[in-house]
Amino acid sequence: MADAQSGRSLVVDAVTHRYPSGALAVENINLDIKGGEIIALLGPSGCGKTTLLRIIAGFIAQTQGRIIIGDDIVDALPPNKRAVGIVFQNYALFPHLSISENVAYGLAARGIDKAARQREAQRLLELVQLPTMAERLPRQLSGGQQQRVALARALAIKPSILLLDEPFAALDKNLRLDMQIEVKRLQRVSGITTLIVTHDQEEALSMADRVAVLSHGKLEQFGSPSDVYDRPQTLFVNTFVGSTNRMPGVVVSTDRTAAKVRLDAGAEIIARPAGGTLSEGGRVTVCIRPEHLQFVGDETGFAGVVGMSLPLGATVVHEVTTADGSGVKVSQARIGETRALENGAAVRLAPLAPSLANAFPATL
Amino acid sequence: MGAAPASRDVTSYGMGLAAPLALFFLVFFVAPLLQLLWLSLHNDTVGLHWGLGQYLHFLTDPFSLGVLGSTLLLGAEVTAVCLVLGFPIAWLYQRVGPKLQTIIILIVLLPLLTSVVVRTFAWIVILGRQGIINATLQSLGIIDTPLKLLYTQFGVVIALAQVQMPLMTLPLITALGRIDPNLDDASCSLGAGSWRTFFRIVLPLSLPGVIAGCTLTYAAAITAFITQSLIGGGQMLFMPMYLYQQASTLQNWPFAAAISIIFLLAVLAVVSVFTTIGRMSRGYGDA
Repeated sequence: MADAQSGRSLVVDAVTHRYPSGALAVENINLDIKGGEIIALLGPSGCGKTTLLRIIAGFIAQTQGRIIIGDDIVDALPPNKRAVGIVFQNYALFPHLSISENVAYGLAARGIDKAARQREAQRLLELVQLPTMAERLPRQLSGGQQQRVALARALAIKPSILLLDEPFAALDKNLRLDMQIEVKRLQRVSGITTLIVTHDQEEALSMADRVAVLSHGKLEQFGSPSDVYDRPQTLFVNTFVGSTNRMPGVVVSTDRTAAKVRLDAGAEIIARPAGGTLSEGGRVTVCIRPEHLQFVGDETGFAGVVGMSLPLGATVVHEVTTADGSGVKVSQARIGETRALENGAAVRLAPLAPSLANAFPATL
Repeated sequence: MGAAPASRDVTSYGMGLAAPLALFFLVFFVAPLLQLLWLSLHNDTVGLHWGLGQYLHFLTDPFSLGVLGSTLLLGAEVTAVCLVLGFPIAWLYQRVGPKLQTIIILIVLLPLLTSVVVRTFAWIVILGRQGIINATLQSLGIIDTPLKLLYTQFGVVIALAQVQMPLMTLPLITALGRIDPNLDDASCSLGAGSWRTFFRIVLPLSLPGVIAGCTLTYAAAITAFITQSLIGGGQMLFMPMYLYQQASTLQNWPFAAAISIIFLLAVLAVVSVFTTIGRMSRGYGDA
């Protein structure tokens, strides 16, 4: 086997996978991942992200396309020859082996002698801050500790790619943040190209250098967290990542960078044409995030009536009913004395900036 | 659940409900066993002289010890054959779709659904001088004279292995089903080949099933009176038949009783060895 090296690139080249039943699991996925990057595969359950992970690991042979790690096309290699480290959602530690034996398992498979194996296992356990747990069995450890062991075990084989399958889903909220920081730290130290499969958009945005959003087996967008959040290319990405208000309207006029849209709620606003060309007179859905809406004093923007205000600590969320009867949420930062809005108060709303309102062609 | 009052321990219900069975066992199992022990401690057939004479006779008689030895060996051979053939079936069962699973379970259970006498006679038809195996081999020109299969140790082992196979396969299927399938993938992704994964992960974790299957198969194989006698014929003598001859034909009840007690202890010894092996393995605790 070729010596595994850290920070190798990973190319997913036009990969399509069809189940034996004929249904498409993933369709024409292209990802070009540089060595040392952290990538998140983000999508709802059943979007094909786990299938893609298993294709990269070699557990599933894709119907079409290629997987290229570094300079090697690995499609013909079985999982045990790919040098891809995996951390499973349930960690999948070997219950009958000690922590130290678990970590050293991959080294034993590579024929490394026992003394060297134990030294390396101890070094890795120190790296994941569990140096005193070597002789315990997995069931004697907490969930967070088991995950650290699973990470150490995957890192022990010096994988060229590290795959994490919903790694934080089983952890409680505080522990999750700790582990996310821990994983990011370990990834920086080792420089291993890392792929995280997750359905948690906050996790994807906070951990990854770039995020690949999948829906129904198709790649919706592949870009930096700010690209995905601020410049979504599809309506799905805009609604799945973060929360957003969907406001229907009609295009009044448009060019490549700006579209004037008459909202059904009763105002003309400037929006960014996103995801394909818009035609004048065509129906569109304008997405504006709650934090990108502001209350305006003058006659600009659209009118609404405040229904309910929810103080959520750092922000206050107001629910506002617009003239066409639909509800929008407005999130206001709590800076100084935030003016309390009474139930039934008449207000006017407008987006903070034209680039923060995304107009998508309406789907019928 | 918390429905039962705290003052009343739930185990007290269980004891009460178990009473009929306990009584049944007491009358029809423990009492006869004690009677058997009492009987075996007589030096003569009419029960006048107490002593350990029957045991001394058995343990100093090379013929008797030979029968005991060959019976225990037979059990070991049948158990080994069942384990080697049953494990792949159980392994396969966990890796095929639901339709094939139904077929496999049917094949595994089939021996239990037919009478042991019928199954044994079927083996006589298969193994006999003019049986299916010899007829086939002769017509293909592979052998000139019929092979002696019936009335041999080989024949008994094969027939018993088929008869007792479900006792091995069912516990194995259960044990393998309990293993997290991700462990296979984890082992593989860490660079281990199929054999390493099998010996380091699958086998240790399925050990509770292996122990259970071996214990059941072993106990059933060495006490299988009908199959042993019919396939073994007059030439092969095992403990159940030996016991039967002493009790029924020779009317030597004290000696038959002593044979029973020695046989029982021998079986218990073997079973406790299996159990100890299981306890020593750490995978046992995960069941």
